[in-house]
Amino acid sequence: MAEPIISVRSLGKRYLLGARQHGSRGFRHLLEDALKAPARWARGLGARRDDGATGETDFWALRDVSFEVQRGEVVGIIGRNGAGKSTLLKILSRITEPTTGEIHLRGRVASLLEVGTGFHPELTGRENIFLNGAILGMKRAEIRRKFDEIVAFAEVEKFIDTPVKRYSSGMYVRLAFAVAAHLDPEILIVDEVLAVGDATFQQKCLGKMRDVSRSEGRTVLFVSHQLSAISQLCRKGICLRGGQIEAMGSIDETIRAYLATAQERDGHWVYRGFEELRKRKRLFFREVSVSQSPAGVGSTIDVRHPFTVEVVYEVVEPLSDIELALRILTSDGRAVFTSLHSEADPSAPSETRRGMYRATITVPGMLLMPGGYFINIAAHRPAGELFDVQEGVVPFTVNDTGTVYSRYGNYSSIGVVMPRLAWAHAAVREGAK
Amino acid sequence: MPVEPQTLLIRAGETERQYWRDLWNYRELFYFLAWRDILVRYKQTIIGIAWSLLRPLIALVVLTVIFGKVAKLSSGGVPYPILVCAGLLPWQFFANALTDSSNSLISNANLVSKVYFPRLIVPLSSVVTALADFCISLAILAGLMVWYQYIPSARVVFVPLFLALAIIAATGAGVWLAALTVRYRDFRFIVPLIVQFGVFLSPLGYRLEEVPAEWRLLYSANPMVGVINGFRWALLDSGVELHGYSVLMSALVAGALLAIGVWHFRRTERTFADTI
Repeated sequence: MAEPIISVRSLGKRYLLGARQHGSRGFRHLLEDALKAPARWARGLGARRDDGATGETDFWALRDVSFEVQRGEVVGIIGRNGAGKSTLLKILSRITEPTTGEIHLRGRVASLLEVGTGFHPELTGRENIFLNGAILGMKRAEIRRKFDEIVAFAEVEKFIDTPVKRYSSGMYVRLAFAVAAHLDPEILIVDEVLAVGDATFQQKCLGKMRDVSRSEGRTVLFVSHQLSAISQLCRKGICLRGGQIEAMGSIDETIRAYLATAQERDGHWVYRGFEELRKRKRLFFREVSVSQSPAGVGSTIDVRHPFTVEVVYEVVEPLSDIELALRILTSDGRAVFTSLHSEADPSAPSETRRGMYRATITVPGMLLMPGGYFINIAAHRPAGELFDVQEGVVPFTVNDTGTVYSRYGNYSSIGVVMPRLAWAHAAVREGAK
Repeated sequence: MPVEPQTLLIRAGETERQYWRDLWNYRELFYFLAWRDILVRYKQTIIGIAWSLLRPLIALVVLTVIFGKVAKLSSGGVPYPILVCAGLLPWQFFANALTDSSNSLISNANLVSKVYFPRLIVPLSSVVTALADFCISLAILAGLMVWYQYIPSARVVFVPLFLALAIIAATGAGVWLAALTVRYRDFRFIVPLIVQFGVFLSPLGYRLEEVPAEWRLLYSANPMVGVINGFRWALLDSGVELHGYSVLMSALVAGALLAIGVWHFRRTERTFADTI
């Protein structure tokens, strides 16, 4: 067999949790670093990565991941949130560097990790095609050559000289995907972009990716939560879990392995490694789940009926004034709403003793538009200390099961929410028959 | 596009050897980012691009009034506004380039965390944007010269040399501060301070001759001192000498800034996506 186009050997990526939580370490550390620098120089450059001494906690987002991809293969990468999929793609697209291991890439890589990266809202569609193309590594002449094809694929001919801030979200996504899809890379890396956009366009994108791989012999790495899309498009799969490869092989086997991870059923997120959290945190989330009767826990929600979000958290030491916040976001990351515990129940006791608690939040039916969502959950002091936060857990889908809206097909033009409102309706004056 | 048969090796802790080649391959992005910034800068403003004339013009009037009329400093025979303008334009280029490039990475955070390209392009394109503004604002100087019927010296051919020095100083400091700002947002507050003090620590409203001779060399550790002195010497017929040691000192500092800036940038660049 020919040389694999991608070979990954014992890849690992470590994050320092302390550094991640604070974002920036502040100026004081810079001064300390500067003062310590001469000593570090004396010890030699190899000693620069002074582990342990910093007191920050390690977190391996990826550990000892090895695999090979042959030219022309379409590989689906699946795994729960936090399994390391995004980190893997980021390393493959050279956005961040690995902590251990190595990768050989034998071809030009284009990655579409987020739809419309680098689009500028003030610029027109035409200008953004050139800008985005350049960001993804295309030459100007190449963009000019493919310009018409891109515009036609995105179906935005009429609006090509309108600033993209006036585009509908569907048009925006179409344009962004069109640019990336016409990049002609040998390796195309696509992350979760199909979660946005309407069903017709999703099919079109899947078709394009299939063409890219089958007829043009290009290699595609595809991450999605939509198993149906993955199984349609891919023949091989890699399932990640906790930063390691859980299963690898034919796509059917991989999906089976993915679904068999019983502890994290569909619609149910469980944190593992409580012991370690107890040492670090005063409060932490253990479980988040989404359920709807009568089906029970599951990630498929019927738009017409209420559903509940259940949050289980543990309080490690007595705390006062805990504010719990639930935020539901669309799969492209826009917050739909945030619900605060104290808003719903102002009389909640301000002292919380040690123990495990369960909060159940009911979300009414006919509120969220059909589409993909996920949950952020946080516990903090009002406008103060953050105890714990879990972002992007429990992806779930709201399905239209037969509202009158479904006959209009395109939800993006209907609105942001889909409430059922009371209509009082009477004739003011009626004409004669 | 011809398919380049390339193998890319990504290995932990190893600086990519093809970095500079990549920088060259992405040269068009560099142009596009600068073009975007220029295009977007004056969107939804009423007077639009006139701002790039108005801003230096206002500063020019203020400095001329304060130093020429109130403090009554000597201009060495040159119309005072022209003297000020010859120093103000390169200074404003430097200040804009420094401010924009040091903020450039965090204002393009979405790019940095989602796409690969040599990160140096981002601050560099901010310098190019500032350079475009500088070229537009040259119209003010030209206008003043016409108004005062002042014919510039033949040494004007040396202007690009000093402009290059200003670019080196701005790029060096800008690149360095951009990398630092990714990690330490404190620099977002420090950079405006640098620019604010720089106005007083550069010979904008006065000639270098006003600074006591024994302080001039130390004063020239501010790289813009050499640049401004050079600009005036090249543009003005009389009244300003070229202070060789000052220019040399400024050039050395600018060169050092560039070396340190790029070195520090390259060293920290690989973790930008994680820390931004």
